[in-house]
Amino acid sequence: MGKILMKGNEAIGEAAIRAGCLNYFAYPITPQSEVAEYLSRRMPEVGGVFLQGESEIAVGNMLFGAAGCGARVFTTSSSPGISLMSEAISYISSAQCPVVFVNIVRGGPGLGGILPSQADYFQATKGGGHGDYRLLVMAPASVQEAVEMVMKAFPLAEKYRNPVMILGDGLIGQMMEPIEFPEHLRTEPSNKDDWATNGMDTRNSSKPNLVKSLFLNAELLEEHNVVLKAKYDRMKQEEVRYESYNVDTDYQALIVSFGTMSRVCRTVIDNLKAQGFETAMIRPQTLFPFPEAPIKKAASKESCQVVLSIELNMGQMVEDVDRSVQGKCPVHCYGKAGGDVPTPEEVIDVIKSFF
Amino acid sequence: MQREVMFAGFGGQGILLIGNILAHTAMEEGYEVAWVPSYGPEMRGGTAYCLVVISDRPIGSPIIRNPMHLVAMNHPSLEKFAPMVKPKGVVVINSSLIHIGSDRDDVDELLVPANDIAKDLGSIKVANIVALGAFVARSKIADFELIRQCVKEQFSSKEKLIPINMAALEEGKKVAQLK
Repeated sequence: MGKILMKGNEAIGEAAIRAGCLNYFAYPITPQSEVAEYLSRRMPEVGGVFLQGESEIAVGNMLFGAAGCGARVFTTSSSPGISLMSEAISYISSAQCPVVFVNIVRGGPGLGGILPSQADYFQATKGGGHGDYRLLVMAPASVQEAVEMVMKAFPLAEKYRNPVMILGDGLIGQMMEPIEFPEHLRTEPSNKDDWATNGMDTRNSSKPNLVKSLFLNAELLEEHNVVLKAKYDRMKQEEVRYESYNVDTDYQALIVSFGTMSRVCRTVIDNLKAQGFETAMIRPQTLFPFPEAPIKKAASKESCQVVLSIELNMGQMVEDVDRSVQGKCPVHCYGKAGGDVPTPEEVIDVIKSFF
Repeated sequence: MQREVMFAGFGGQGILLIGNILAHTAMEEGYEVAWVPSYGPEMRGGTAYCLVVISDRPIGSPIIRNPMHLVAMNHPSLEKFAPMVKPKGVVVINSSLIHIGSDRDDVDELLVPANDIAKDLGSIKVANIVALGAFVARSKIADFELIRQCVKEQFSSKEKLIPINMAALEEGKKVAQLK
């Protein structure tokens, strides 16, 4: 099949279906309402379920219930909606249920705006809900990558029995690009008989399953947290994904950037190269686990004089970049948070100001 | 080689649609494309614009402040975007609604009375396709026959609209070839 031209939000909806997910609960919010609009039509066509909750709080708990029963399920929302779901995300993480969340981020805090933003980096990677939990967070830089990340998210969520979040932004949601749906990324939902409350009649075991997040006994809660931490440590070992750009040169500045902002940075690197000035980029594709070692290695290159975290916020990922670089090179941040994506020219001026 | 086209006008003029058709055509020709709409707190009848980026390499920043070409369907969009067009770009002006020029002597300005032509064809709704035909013929940004195919495909579920849209494309092309 050839490529088709599709809007990011619609492609995300179709990708979930192609991945084998037939349950979608959501509440509309700009700039991702087209996902719900698309799936309200498509889900019935493929025998799936589209259900609009009465609020994002309800949707979060509907996801918890469905995933606890063993259903493959996902939602999409945008920043304030994800805040409302965050209590459920904490419960879902503790109860170890696989759910895929897509956050098409808009500017914040509060109601903020509706233009592209990466201001939910902290919320996604450090928790927005309470307690010691982590989400596996992936950040696409194109519509095609959004499609592939959504398709990969379901088996990953099931592998770890943990929520996975795709952190997009308004531009990824609204833009149209040519895409294809890789057939090999379609997966069958995993067998959940050993833990899900999927009905005694349909599974072989006679042992009842219990899905819960309450552990009043200190020893049991400690044990539970140790189990969760082991999963997050395993993600750090097995799931780090990143892309490097122009790192084979004697670059003088290293850029760390993700999502939409990283595309601008790629143009910046090309334009500076044409001027005879070499820069390079590490683009994290997973934000948790974070590509700490590759960033440290790239920052340690002798020619590299500055590391710049370039973000659509006031400086969030820079804390992880700084932690990764471990003092090998000075780390600075350039960010814009209002929704205006910086042009390559603006970023070039920022880079040049360090030399 | 990268080319960018800004399509701009009122909501309801079919601005996003002609951007979509051009992006689709360029994709069929094997180019990388990105179609970036304006989205914001807009209302019916408010401004609408979209940017189409066409490149023979993966597209870096899809945010472009200085597009190569402009198709302006109403007065405010010409005023807003004409100063940003790169030198030597094509600026299509819907002269049925816009009574000023681009005020640029370094661009290829093309006046197209798109609404009047569309009315003569029988429906003002095809003014956008008239402008698209004129723009493609003038800029040669895409193969004209392929544009015809993509317009047909666009209206494949409303077949009775295909003849008038084909006529609109041809009329636009004629205007582009006048001078």
